[in-house]
Amino acid sequence: MELTLWTYEGPPHVGAMRIAASMEGLHYVLHAPQGDTYADLLFTMIERRDRRPPVTYTTFQARDLGGDTAELVKRSIQQAVDRFQPEALLVGESCTAELIQDQPGALAGGMNLGVPVVNLELPAYSKKENWGAAETLYQLCRTLLREQLPAPGTPRPSPDRWRAEGRRPRVNLLGPSLLGFRCRDDIKEIRGLLGEHGIDVNVVAPMGARPADLVRLPEADANVCLYPEVAGPLCSWLERQFGTPVVRTVPIGVGATRRFLAELSTVLDLEAPEANEADLRSRMPWYSRSVDSTYLTGKRVFIFADATHAIAAARIAADELGFTVVGLGTYSRELAREVRAAAKELGLEALITDDYLAVEKAMGEAAPELVLGTQMERHSAKRLGIPCAVISAPLHVQDVPARYAPQMGWEGANVIFDSWVHPLMMGLEEHLIGMFRHDFEFVEGHRSHLAEGAPPRQAAAHEPDVAAVAGSSMAAAANGTAAAGATATLAPPTVTEGTAVWSADGEAALRKIPFFVRGKVKTNTETFARDHGVAAITEEVLYDAKAHYSK
Amino acid sequence: MGSSALRPVKESADEARFPHSLPPDGLTRKGPTPVPMASTPTLPPLLRESGQREVFCGLTSIVWLHRRMPDAFFLVVGSRTCAHLVQSAAGVMIFAEPRFGTAILGERDLAGLADANEELDRVVNDLLERRPEIRTLFLVGSCPSEVIKLDLAKAAERINTRMRGRVRVVNYSGSGIETTFTQGEDGALSALVPLLPSSDENQLLLVGTLADGVEDRFLTLFERLGIGPVRSLPPRQSTALPAVGPGTKLLLAQPFLSDTVRALERRGATRLPSPYPLGVEGSRAWMAAAAAAFGVDPNLVAEVLDPLVERGRRALAPLRRQLEGKRLFLMPDSQLEIPLARFLSRECGMELVEVGTPYLDRPLMAEELALLPEGTQLSEGQDLERQLERVRAARPDLVVCGLGIANPLEAEGIATKWSIELVFSPIHGIDQAADLAELFARPLHRRQLLKWN
Repeated sequence: MELTLWTYEGPPHVGAMRIAASMEGLHYVLHAPQGDTYADLLFTMIERRDRRPPVTYTTFQARDLGGDTAELVKRSIQQAVDRFQPEALLVGESCTAELIQDQPGALAGGMNLGVPVVNLELPAYSKKENWGAAETLYQLCRTLLREQLPAPGTPRPSPDRWRAEGRRPRVNLLGPSLLGFRCRDDIKEIRGLLGEHGIDVNVVAPMGARPADLVRLPEADANVCLYPEVAGPLCSWLERQFGTPVVRTVPIGVGATRRFLAELSTVLDLEAPEANEADLRSRMPWYSRSVDSTYLTGKRVFIFADATHAIAAARIAADELGFTVVGLGTYSRELAREVRAAAKELGLEALITDDYLAVEKAMGEAAPELVLGTQMERHSAKRLGIPCAVISAPLHVQDVPARYAPQMGWEGANVIFDSWVHPLMMGLEEHLIGMFRHDFEFVEGHRSHLAEGAPPRQAAAHEPDVAAVAGSSMAAAANGTAAAGATATLAPPTVTEGTAVWSADGEAALRKIPFFVRGKVKTNTETFARDHGVAAITEEVLYDAKAHYSK
Repeated sequence: MGSSALRPVKESADEARFPHSLPPDGLTRKGPTPVPMASTPTLPPLLRESGQREVFCGLTSIVWLHRRMPDAFFLVVGSRTCAHLVQSAAGVMIFAEPRFGTAILGERDLAGLADANEELDRVVNDLLERRPEIRTLFLVGSCPSEVIKLDLAKAAERINTRMRGRVRVVNYSGSGIETTFTQGEDGALSALVPLLPSSDENQLLLVGTLADGVEDRFLTLFERLGIGPVRSLPPRQSTALPAVGPGTKLLLAQPFLSDTVRALERRGATRLPSPYPLGVEGSRAWMAAAAAAFGVDPNLVAEVLDPLVERGRRALAPLRRQLEGKRLFLMPDSQLEIPLARFLSRECGMELVEVGTPYLDRPLMAEELALLPEGTQLSEGQDLERQLERVRAARPDLVVCGLGIANPLEAEGIATKWSIELVFSPIHGIDQAADLAELFARPLHRRQLLKWN
């Protein structure tokens, strides 16, 4: 038994739903009680899908349990087949149905439905969503490809058979699914990238594929494992059974996209890509080298995501943006080994957990300046006041943007540059607002720069009084609420309870410090004063602190 | 002012608007001033359906219950599905460390390798150690815990003995095999009933979660009416449980509390039959029912409430213009469907195509049913695909439905209103009537606004 407040992944049957909902012509009969239909809203709300997932729920109730739930299952299956006329049928159960052991898959198998039936056995008490998605895709393909399995000993097809057959090489793109991160746009980006390199796409699956398309999977010269969480087991099986080589580099980031193209050209026996392609096709390398990006140097970044995006993000952060990765982890236990290896390269110990509170704790301890994570980390980072960019499922509706925003390929690198750097810009902006707050021109909220937009009271007139009122207004601020009017607009550096008090000369010195570092100097000085038992912060204390911190 | 405490209508224009006079039946049955019975509308036979249900299970109630009682924690004993459900349903809520969680059963718990009871004790210990401010712990049963017959009542008893004084543990079931969506609150509240102290004091007990602001407003109005003391179940602090006894008059704020009402009646309380406090009319009748039971002078009732009624109607008028004559289909969801249908037809002029409800508790709905227009088609339970066929055939102007169906119907060109918003929003009371109507007018208004050429 394990206490869970929020989970990164749903149960494995939600993974199966992701496969069913991503495809066309496939239907899923799920033996489940009332309430399990909640999963529909993940698709209709988060992904804004215009139709319900192709799932029929048996909706059994307590009073059915004494009777014949198997009959209910068979009725639901027959009705679903009659109504939706799928090309293939997935049959499975959710956690509760697993306990009553009706074996709906076996029941369906005996019904002569006239369509391929996949009996999904997804252990709800030990596995999770991504595993369920991977297992479903694998079992579905296994069922559909059963008749094509080559006899043992059949030689592997040559990866350059395309040449002999007088056609362009072709690959399958495997793994993109609904509720995955930006899969829709990644497919488009990678399809374009491959096209530029003379490679055709045979089948994209599961997203957009029909069962009939899956039957054509062995016609590809290679399988591109775009999302290992979902496509890993299928790619390995296709490699074992059909001898189809797998391209395993996930093309997220400039370097990874280059390595991806290099791996493809090796596997398919193509000419190696041009060395300067990245500079020609993506703005990211230049943006990252440009002087404006200097301030990104050494930014401390904490990364927690699914394995695919965590590993890619760590590499981009370290190699392509010059960040310092101070934490790396994943909730994808199936790919923990890969994440551990990536962390080790950065001199870190990977955090492998599905407890978001453990992640928040690690995040707090790592004191990052940027968090790259899931929706969970976005919330945790918000609580800790750290800028955050979402890089992985689990998603929020805002992570499914209307615009084209891939993560993969050259454009993906551009998108990543923008979406990771902007929260930092925002961070800086907020910092500036924090600084400007103490300047007399500043009024809470944004104001027009037009004369009539100026504050009604001429704040400047009060400027000479600052020193005089400093003591009293500081006291007011320390009491929690800055008084209205002059105090609000003129509030000098404030102290919070329990910290040292600024003397008049200390404060005057502080005000001479440029606004953009004033906040930091103030905090540092107060920390220094507290640590050294100094009660009043004079000008000298300020300089002592400065010397202390510049060591 | 007339002699009836139930005069919602003063202007002649409103007479036309509300062709059915309020049914005094029930409202005053137990009150001091009986008034003549109104005719009950003739409704076609109830359409009973079973099949796929697109309705949350009772666990979902936790989402608003935990906010009502900030010193309580709701621990679901269930599966990852339960955790994912509550989290997904709560996706619209603020993400803080929540006062609800799931003790997820693992294979070892099922195989008997680990004694599930010991495991549960361990989880509860860890939890209470981390959250020392928790005063009441609800152990919430789920589908899997019911199927494996994990005895949560025993577990609650055991932990209670161990924790005596520090935290009170109660249990109920929110499982989907037994409960639907809002029935979870019924389960939680009926689990509290045995813990309520006994008292013969005459008091009004409001039963069912109301938004705090709405509740405050009602308390003010009851005070103006001279009704008191007024207490609430659930209370705002889980430890401040109201007393109950023969002097207690129950006024139901929510229509889904069948078991709780029965349990309170067994403790001697009397239910005041009334429509539910949705809309101007329902809210006035609701407060008037309490007033009648407490022997408040009808003139005072009129004096206090009628200005609000008038103001409420004025606020409703522009929304009524948008909703009037529009055809409404309510799919079964929160049990609020029948009171909403009554409000939207009588006060907003909408035409009812079908009013679905997960289950129909006739005694608790009697006063509402009496107010429905002649010929209203009610349906109980759900066979989703067949119901959607009826929706498509009828092409209503607005469908009230769950989040799983809303976008798909919109994509088919049918305007929808998410029903879940109705259990999260302050919609009760005369002052909220216009806000409530606005929730239904907004999707229609939006359709008028959007232009693409």
